[in-house]
Amino acid sequence: MTALDTARPGISPTAAASEVEAQGRGGGGGPSRRKVGRVLTWLALTALAVLFIYPFVWLLSASFKPRGEVFDNRLLPKTFTFENYIAVWQEAPMALWLFNTLLVTVLATVAVTISSSMVAWGFAYFRFRGRKYLFGVVLATMMLPQAVTMIPVFLIWESVGMTGTLTPLWAGNLFGSAFYIFLLRQFFLGLPRELFDAAKIDGASNWQIFTRIALPLCKPALVVTAIFEFQAAWTDLMRPLIYLRDSDTFTVPRGLKSLVDQFGFGGEWHWEILITASVISTIPMIILFFVGQRYFVQGIATTGTKG
Amino acid sequence: MAVAADTSVTDSPPGRPPRRSSARSRETRAALLFISPWLIGFAVFTAYPVIYTGYLSLTDYDVINDPSFVGMENFRALLEDPKVALALQNTFIFAVLSVPTQLIVSFFLAVLLNRAGRASGFFRTAFFLPKMTPPVAIGILLLLLFNGQNGLINEALGWFGIDGPDWTTDPVWVKPGLVMMSLWTIGASVVILLAALRNVPQELYDAARVDGAGWWRQTTHVTIPMISGALFFILIVDTIAAFQSFTEAYTAFFGSGNTTYSNDAALFYAIYLFQQAFEFLHMGYASAMAWILFAIVLVVTLIQVRVTKRFVYYEGEQR
Repeated sequence: MTALDTARPGISPTAAASEVEAQGRGGGGGPSRRKVGRVLTWLALTALAVLFIYPFVWLLSASFKPRGEVFDNRLLPKTFTFENYIAVWQEAPMALWLFNTLLVTVLATVAVTISSSMVAWGFAYFRFRGRKYLFGVVLATMMLPQAVTMIPVFLIWESVGMTGTLTPLWAGNLFGSAFYIFLLRQFFLGLPRELFDAAKIDGASNWQIFTRIALPLCKPALVVTAIFEFQAAWTDLMRPLIYLRDSDTFTVPRGLKSLVDQFGFGGEWHWEILITASVISTIPMIILFFVGQRYFVQGIATTGTKG
Repeated sequence: MAVAADTSVTDSPPGRPPRRSSARSRETRAALLFISPWLIGFAVFTAYPVIYTGYLSLTDYDVINDPSFVGMENFRALLEDPKVALALQNTFIFAVLSVPTQLIVSFFLAVLLNRAGRASGFFRTAFFLPKMTPPVAIGILLLLLFNGQNGLINEALGWFGIDGPDWTTDPVWVKPGLVMMSLWTIGASVVILLAALRNVPQELYDAARVDGAGWWRQTTHVTIPMISGALFFILIVDTIAAFQSFTEAYTAFFGSGNTTYSNDAALFYAIYLFQQAFEFLHMGYASAMAWILFAIVLVVTLIQVRVTKRFVYYEGEQR
């Protein structure tokens, strides 16, 4: 189990492995030893992958089981039924919840992507006094616990009569978000400055440089921002919990929590309803992941290595 | 924009080189325009609320009546509130258990992935996918999988002859259950660490091997120092998140009408704060709690930065 296969991209794993094999401490074992190591790695990874994926499979399978069999832990339902999906639609305004969530999520995503990219460009391209200091403030706000601003922000929305509506769930995004500003600025800084200087000489305005040159070049980072925010807005519970009262205005996570209160704590546990609603709330996120997988991975890797 | 710039040229006081100063002020003005959304948002949704929370923490406020000034009364009550002490204790225990476990497990997974060669993409997807689950659904999943009587976890433990505990109702086992559940969503950390591992130059391992270093010494003397920046980042971010953890535990153990079982063991600080603010409408008290949380997060982060600084290595120390 030497670190033989820690190959870097660009070097083919087998080539790298055989290259170092000669100097490896277990040189006597030769290729068979390497093979054993590789098989063990694969076995471990497969077992772990099953462990990580199984809860999804369990949940999906249970959503097709009748009430009494939910906990039988069978991989495939003994009695296959769509009953639960019909029940969820009857017991809860699921379609409305989905619509509300989609509305909030789309608005939040569009708002934050546009505003954050503007701000990020402002910090990346222009030179002005206090720029470093101001950007330091942007970064510092990321450390601020939500609890510190939560109450006054609620009071602001209350004072303009917006509590109980969906507006507070997304409108704050019109003013950019520190994490995305950081991410996008990082990307803008990586673009060659000559490009923008040339456009400037050609008479392009600042706005044109931003919209016609910078933004199109920055598409991958914009996609990262959009899908991150899409996920964040879709899955958020805290804000809907604070702002929404009426079941008709609920988002899916807020509705799901109300189902827990109603069918769990409120009476005998109707697990099949909770399971099915969980599946419905999760599926759009799984789709989002497979659509934007590349961007998720790149975006997360960037935050970790450049932070 | 061009019009504005022209006026600024004529407006500039005599004696100063007009062209440079106008170019500068024009650039500053353009920059301010671009960052104005953030400036407004910062003033309205961050700076003002932070200050106002500070003010509210010194008052008694129930939203309906005007805040009445009570001085340090909230902070005094906080110190004597057994639920605050309990919530702090729960939160610390959870953070101390979950953050290192998450870090170690995600490091282990990233190392394995890094050895998987071409198939690493498939496994990486498997490890990342749970991160997409809405936290509310994770809370429900926790109740299901860790169910004491017929949950999947206890059934699996049963195969090995272990009689599993009542994870969701036994106060001793509630937090370990939450920690184990939190391991399900370490996908982002794995992705970060894998990216960091791939940036470690192969030559370093070759050199270490020539010097006779085995797998363990390579890991401790090459791998960990070289990815210490990413490890440090995850440590800080996860700790801050752990101190604010809310949704999973709140979904599974709190909410209207939970009289089924005691949920004291899952009362995290953020949950109690939320209850005080929006269920009991003790806005002043909750504001005081928020400031305490802020102070704790700040101190813990500063300690972590101090302690780990010596161990963190940034290649080239860019910018």
